[in-house]
Amino acid sequence: MELAGVATVAGFVLGTLCAVGLRSGGGMARLCSIYVEAIRNTPLLVQIFLVYFGLASLGLRLSAFVVAVLALTINVAAYTAEIMRAGLDSIPPGQIEAGECLGLSRVQLYWHVLLLPAMERVYPALASQFVLLMLASSVCSQISAEEMTAVANHVQSETFRPFEAFIVLAGLYIVLSVLMRAVFWLLGLALFPRRRRLGTAL
Amino acid sequence: MTDKDPVVELRDVHKSFGALKVLDGVSLTVARGEVAVIIGRSGSGKSTALRCIDRLEVIDDGEIVVCGHRLTDAKLNLRALRQDVGIVFQSYNLFPHLTVAQNITLAPVSVKRVSRAEALETAQAVLRQVGLQDKADAYPEQLSGGQQQRAAIARSLAMKPKVMLFDEVTSALDPELTAEVLRVMEDLAASGMTMVVVTHEMSFARRIADQLVFMHGGRVRETGPGDILLDPQTPELRQFMSHELHAATR
Repeated sequence: MELAGVATVAGFVLGTLCAVGLRSGGGMARLCSIYVEAIRNTPLLVQIFLVYFGLASLGLRLSAFVVAVLALTINVAAYTAEIMRAGLDSIPPGQIEAGECLGLSRVQLYWHVLLLPAMERVYPALASQFVLLMLASSVCSQISAEEMTAVANHVQSETFRPFEAFIVLAGLYIVLSVLMRAVFWLLGLALFPRRRRLGTAL
Repeated sequence: MTDKDPVVELRDVHKSFGALKVLDGVSLTVARGEVAVIIGRSGSGKSTALRCIDRLEVIDDGEIVVCGHRLTDAKLNLRALRQDVGIVFQSYNLFPHLTVAQNITLAPVSVKRVSRAEALETAQAVLRQVGLQDKADAYPEQLSGGQQQRAAIARSLAMKPKVMLFDEVTSALDPELTAEVLRVMEDLAASGMTMVVVTHEMSFARRIADQLVFMHGGRVRETGPGDILLDPQTPELRQFMSHELHAATR
């Protein structure tokens, strides 16, 4: 659970920076695009193993939890970057011109005119990506990070009742997903007053 | 109106988009408090000329000085220029996720660093000026096109610019909404604001212009008081005006 939470926040920040990088042109954009494509075209489990064994072979002894957070962050940041890039690209050039003509600095322009409206537009896509991440975190049991799926595995290996253990697990994931969507919905209401006031998507 | 206190000065300005020559030696001087109106066919270079004044387009040759800023200067302080120049676009370009009041206070607070309270006070004043005092908390999509455009004018005015540029601001509006926007612009002109206006509204142009500029093929073909429209000297303006007349009676 906190695995997914930490990875969501870190992945969102990293992914957004990456989306800005993608639009910057030049070497930075190429670097970001290689990263995004590399992650989006390999399985999560392979990425987790790569981080796990890669760090180990570098002599870094990190807990399975830290490795899992790292791997999930790297994974979700790439997807976030793509979603945010789409959001940024959907801002009409006239908006940027208007911001520039009001004398906004580059940072102010990015924050007020690009990032906030872009986030408002792609928020549903972001939210569902983060729920997906939470579900995908089950894979981390493979490197023996202590999360729900790993616990269910312990249970079924001691009780020899795998079906019951996993049906309970599935139920728990559904509850978590619904909870998480509710949290994102409330967060959306808090972050985007226009949605709240007008009740429209856009 | 004399030339001794120019706010905007274009001298022999050239600009091309690829092989297309858009501005072919344009010169224009706008004095403080003067209203210059640029007319001409689509593609005559009038919008480009206007956009060059706020350095939204970079010119190839010639010289532009706006409120003391030399635009061709390598050390030009672009943000300082844009605090002196207000521009209103055809497509309003209000920020959709902000209320009208937030649209207006954004730049004063983050660029000029005035306090939020003071910015709100200014917002109220400029909204009154454009007749939208009761729309401060509305979002742009809740407003009509004419109201959005007036809000955009208010947003520019809140930065207390020394010159206001208007780029075909009524082209997307029906006649009724056009009239309410033009009224705001006339009030603004009467208050002594220096303005450069690109428009297709001929009777408005004649009414409001201290200096009327007719552009054709990237050049200024005729310039003078608003009444030059009644007695065109060049065949191009004569032809342009006859098209306008046909359009009006059709």
